[in-house]
Amino acid sequence: MDPARFFAASRVLIVAGKGGVGKSTMSATLARTAARAGVSTLLVRLTPGGPISRLFATSELTGLEQTLHAGGGPGGDADVRGRLVTPDEALAEYLADHGLARITRRLMSTGAIDVVTTAAPGIRDLLVLGRVKAFEASQVADLIVLDAPAAGHAVAFLQSPTGLRGAVGAGPIATQADDVLEMLADPKRCRVMLVTLAEETPVNEVIETAFALEEEIGVALGPIIVNGLVPVPEGLANNLDTLVAASAPKISTADIANLRDAAAFRLKWAARQNEQVARLSEALPLAQLHTPYVFTTEPGPGELETLSNALSVGIDALGEDDA
Amino acid sequence: MTSLATLLEQQTVIVCVGAGGVGKTTTAAALALEAAQRGRRVCVVTIDPARRLSDAMGFDPDRAIGNEPQQIDVAAKGELWAVMLDTSTTFDGLIRSYAPSEEQAQNILTNDFFRNIADSMSGAHEYMAMEKLYELHNDERFDLVVVDTPPTSNAIDFLEAPDRITQFLDHRLYKILVTPTGGLARVVNFAAQGFLRTVARIVSASVVDDAIEFFAAFDGMEEGFRGRAVAVHDLLIAEDTAFVLVTVPRNDTVDDAATFIETLADADIAVDAIVVNRVHPSFGLDRLDDHGDGPLAPFITVLHDSQAVAAGQDTVLATLTDELPAGAVVKIPFLDTDVHDLDGLASLAQWLTPEGTP
Repeated sequence: MDPARFFAASRVLIVAGKGGVGKSTMSATLARTAARAGVSTLLVRLTPGGPISRLFATSELTGLEQTLHAGGGPGGDADVRGRLVTPDEALAEYLADHGLARITRRLMSTGAIDVVTTAAPGIRDLLVLGRVKAFEASQVADLIVLDAPAAGHAVAFLQSPTGLRGAVGAGPIATQADDVLEMLADPKRCRVMLVTLAEETPVNEVIETAFALEEEIGVALGPIIVNGLVPVPEGLANNLDTLVAASAPKISTADIANLRDAAAFRLKWAARQNEQVARLSEALPLAQLHTPYVFTTEPGPGELETLSNALSVGIDALGEDDA
Repeated sequence: MTSLATLLEQQTVIVCVGAGGVGKTTTAAALALEAAQRGRRVCVVTIDPARRLSDAMGFDPDRAIGNEPQQIDVAAKGELWAVMLDTSTTFDGLIRSYAPSEEQAQNILTNDFFRNIADSMSGAHEYMAMEKLYELHNDERFDLVVVDTPPTSNAIDFLEAPDRITQFLDHRLYKILVTPTGGLARVVNFAAQGFLRTVARIVSASVVDDAIEFFAAFDGMEEGFRGRAVAVHDLLIAEDTAFVLVTVPRNDTVDDAATFIETLADADIAVDAIVVNRVHPSFGLDRLDDHGDGPLAPFITVLHDSQAVAAGQDTVLATLTDELPAGAVVKIPFLDTDVHDLDGLASLAQWLTPEGTP
């Protein structure tokens, strides 16, 4: 499938996954890949920090929109912009929108805001989703990529409108919940993309999360991103001793041992991952997109391009029904 | 020199801290097992263990109802017990022990606003993990409690949550709102009514009513809760309490861990040991640059990659571990430990205390 069409299939992509699987890195990668296909993208993050500023080599995200990667160039790239939306800010903005700016300060300063958010749990999450919905409605970009809270929390996060809808009866919050539910239920407006690693626990969790999202929230799921797959260069399974015997420059015994150990480790690692990928395919009838392990502890713009290339290749290989 | 082994033998509380997805729960279980093998009667408090781990420990979730420790069947000099934290039940127990009457306890426990606090208020997990820790620490069946902390975005949540929630329960604004008599209070009360009406417009009147009912029922119990929060805090900063930081050698995780250590230091808590999971192996010197294109190329590439990761992780970890004595930093190799059963947990325990079990 053409990446431009893949990224035009819905206006919001919610990226979710367990901590440590590379969810934020994949959010950045999806945003960059969409932009490379000419789809302008706004990347939204809910908490400060994370790898995004390193990947784009920019300053940290703030509540003010900034350009993470300017478009143009021979490929006709679109822009990637990014911003932070914090729950507190979403709440303050919501109150102001409803003519309650006057009491916002009082709510905040007396701590009554804690009472309100405890009385109606999920209200912060709902208002964050409400902001995303507003970005979508005002078409600030062709695509909005939301780096969602860690899985487990992702289910609760997306359940917030349903939960509140029951608790608050009629009123502005109920209207907000209805609007967000409408967006979540419409696959042309919103899809969730889950990220996992090819390891036992993350695979188990992503399977659980996928079922919970489909059954309890009814949101459309895009392909699953399996991140961190270690490549096996062609020829690595060949017999090292034969190759060494045929090699012109002499190699020391110690070096041969190092080569052998490193190759054995890589093959074992890849075999473990293959088992998990197979298990995931069996358990979840969703297409998979594979991204490679990056051999650095400090991924930057170079790695972002590598990951984005892999994602483009994967999307190209998707069938027409896999989006 | 303090090694992890020494901590397991001497401390009465071990708190495992770190980001989500670094193997904290499994590490806590392995530490507890190792301490049991050293003859101690240990209880490990786990928070939402992966299915595999609870299976590995022979932990039966159906028996976990009631939030009570279960003894795990292990061949050890000491004993290993485990409890899966149930935030909601633990909170209910706390209410029962501080409510002056069963009737008042029931009024609180059935209140929707209270259920929201117990089930989903931010910090409730952390608060209850610490509460459970305190309860088990005072349980004569155990001489060591190992506690796994919830994955948290804010490092210090588990330290601050008891205070924060106690303050919330003692909310000044609501004291004013629910005070029924008294000249000045009545006036404030009147003004507060308008304010409340505005709040009710946002979240509906019924949830505001629930909140007021809750604060009315809770009235008078704040003192007990405050005292308990102080006791929990004192336990955390006690000499016999050790903190073990669990991390993986990735730069963002290590950055978080470094911030964590600083925040703990501000609260006068030192991290006593660091466990680094998923450490990539180093395969010795990499001197083979000259063989670029030949049939050995894939082997050389793989060795290069491995060495790049190994070198990178050493640099990243150095910032974290330089401050600690060598024995207090334990590195667990990637791929070599796979915890499917108690034997897997035992082999992880061996990595944690490489000098062996006496």
